[in-house]
Amino acid sequence: MTKLTAITHKIRSKNAGPFWITIDIFCSDDADYRRALGGVKNEQVAHALGISVTDLKRYNLTNLRVIKFSFPRPIVQGTRFDRDMHGASFANLIAELDVAPQTVLSDE
Amino acid sequence: MDKSVTTKILIPSGALGLGYDRDAFMRGIEHKPDLIAIDGGSTDSGPHYLGTGTSKYSRSSIKSEWRELMQARAIANVPLVIGTAGTCGADDAVDWFLDITKEIAKETDQNVTVAVLKSGQPIDRVINALQKGRITPLEPTIEIDHDLLQSCSNIVALAGAEQIQAALKTSADIIIAGRATDTATIAALPLARGCHAGGAWHGAKIGECGALASTNPSSGTIMITFDADGFTVEPMGQIARATPYTVSAHMLYENANPLQLYEPGGHLDVTGATYTALDDRRVRVTGSTWIPSEKYTVKLEGARCGGYQCVSLALIREARYVRNIQAWTDAVEQKCREKAHERIGADFTLELRIIGLNATLGAQDWNAKIGSEVGVLGIITAPSEIVAKEVSKMLNPYLLHHPLTDDEEMPTFAFPFSPNEMNRGEMYEFCLNHLMELDDPMQAFSLSVEQVRA
Repeated sequence: MTKLTAITHKIRSKNAGPFWITIDIFCSDDADYRRALGGVKNEQVAHALGISVTDLKRYNLTNLRVIKFSFPRPIVQGTRFDRDMHGASFANLIAELDVAPQTVLSDE
Repeated sequence: MDKSVTTKILIPSGALGLGYDRDAFMRGIEHKPDLIAIDGGSTDSGPHYLGTGTSKYSRSSIKSEWRELMQARAIANVPLVIGTAGTCGADDAVDWFLDITKEIAKETDQNVTVAVLKSGQPIDRVINALQKGRITPLEPTIEIDHDLLQSCSNIVALAGAEQIQAALKTSADIIIAGRATDTATIAALPLARGCHAGGAWHGAKIGECGALASTNPSSGTIMITFDADGFTVEPMGQIARATPYTVSAHMLYENANPLQLYEPGGHLDVTGATYTALDDRRVRVTGSTWIPSEKYTVKLEGARCGGYQCVSLALIREARYVRNIQAWTDAVEQKCREKAHERIGADFTLELRIIGLNATLGAQDWNAKIGSEVGVLGIITAPSEIVAKEVSKMLNPYLLHHPLTDDEEMPTFAFPFSPNEMNRGEMYEFCLNHLMELDDPMQAFSLSVEQVRA
């Protein structure tokens, strides 16, 4: 199995205000982007993040070869059980996901 | 293209206190901007700053960079605008920033007119708006009521272009604004001069983090030139380049929705934007749209006390304990909690995080692996400082000596400090994610003008 990190050149996450996290998945070329597009499933991402799939917003940005996910923070920034003030570590949960070798091109 | 409305905004860096390339900034000044705009803060570093009304950056750093900007402004003879002064933009932080400005004026022998725009909200105003149905929640929804609002130590409203324009109308040399949207200080002048509205907001979003929208973010300084049809991005660093990719990708940054940006009075939509390279370092953008809203609303931010916190750290290197760290930590947590319940009651939370295993992401880290040592960070939060400290002192002997089994010699682990408990004092939490409707943009803001003499 291939890790998502192997077919992307950067995956970052960051707060989008105190109540949201946003994850940007950057692909280097069209082939990798198509592979990521088909291989990265919303259900798999939501499961890795520990959130409900209905809370996950997805944007496929073809011009930028970027897949972007945004979701309400499972724990509000800076409250007592928050572990990551800037939300920068959520990207790692996605970077280490396996992408299926045979993926179907889709632009859902 | 109508040349008369062309407006150049110079942005020295993404935030005051972050530093920037001096040469790039001075090159920007040579390009004769119409206004210098810089951001002074955001919520990104957490609720402490709004809760306390204080700055994240050191006073010395702020003073040093602001002095350079004030001196460059005097040369360029254009307005210098800071938004969200003092990290949080609360009134106390704005006063703190004004004091620094006065000191610099004295030290550098400048006579300047300073407009101060305050965004702090009296709690009664917000309660009144809530009662009148003029407060609406944003997603994700947080329930608020009279008591929650009363418990806030600071509430601010985010100023938009209209409030910054009111400050610009005073013809002040320097504008110190409290909480404002990141884009408002940049978009205000081009909008006032009749530049393309979609372009003004979109260009402001691209410029708000300085050279982050270029190939060389650390150079800091960027120039955005606005006109009747759109805007042009030009980084000022020697080796920095703006490309259609770096510019369009910046809409992703810290933005949940990469195509829309909500501001007081409407929203920006960049779905139709086109990005054209003018040469290898400048990009022209057209086709973004501004959609005015029916009602004029401003976003509210509020912070209130979330308890008092005390933390401790133990370092564990013994291989058998490292291997069994989850069981050890669970036992320590349980024993300490039981003892504290028995001796002082249950009104606290105790959490142990295993540094070196999954302290960053907790149980959600499905790919966690352990190394040769771990740190165990104990976090106690309670309604008073006394209780937080008391529970921490009860945790201390467990963290130091707790054996994995009853029939072994008492172990001792590494404590980096004495006392090992670190009092973090009062902690804060963000408690508002709402819009407040206004009849007039200045209704919730105050503007004053001061002559500052050398």
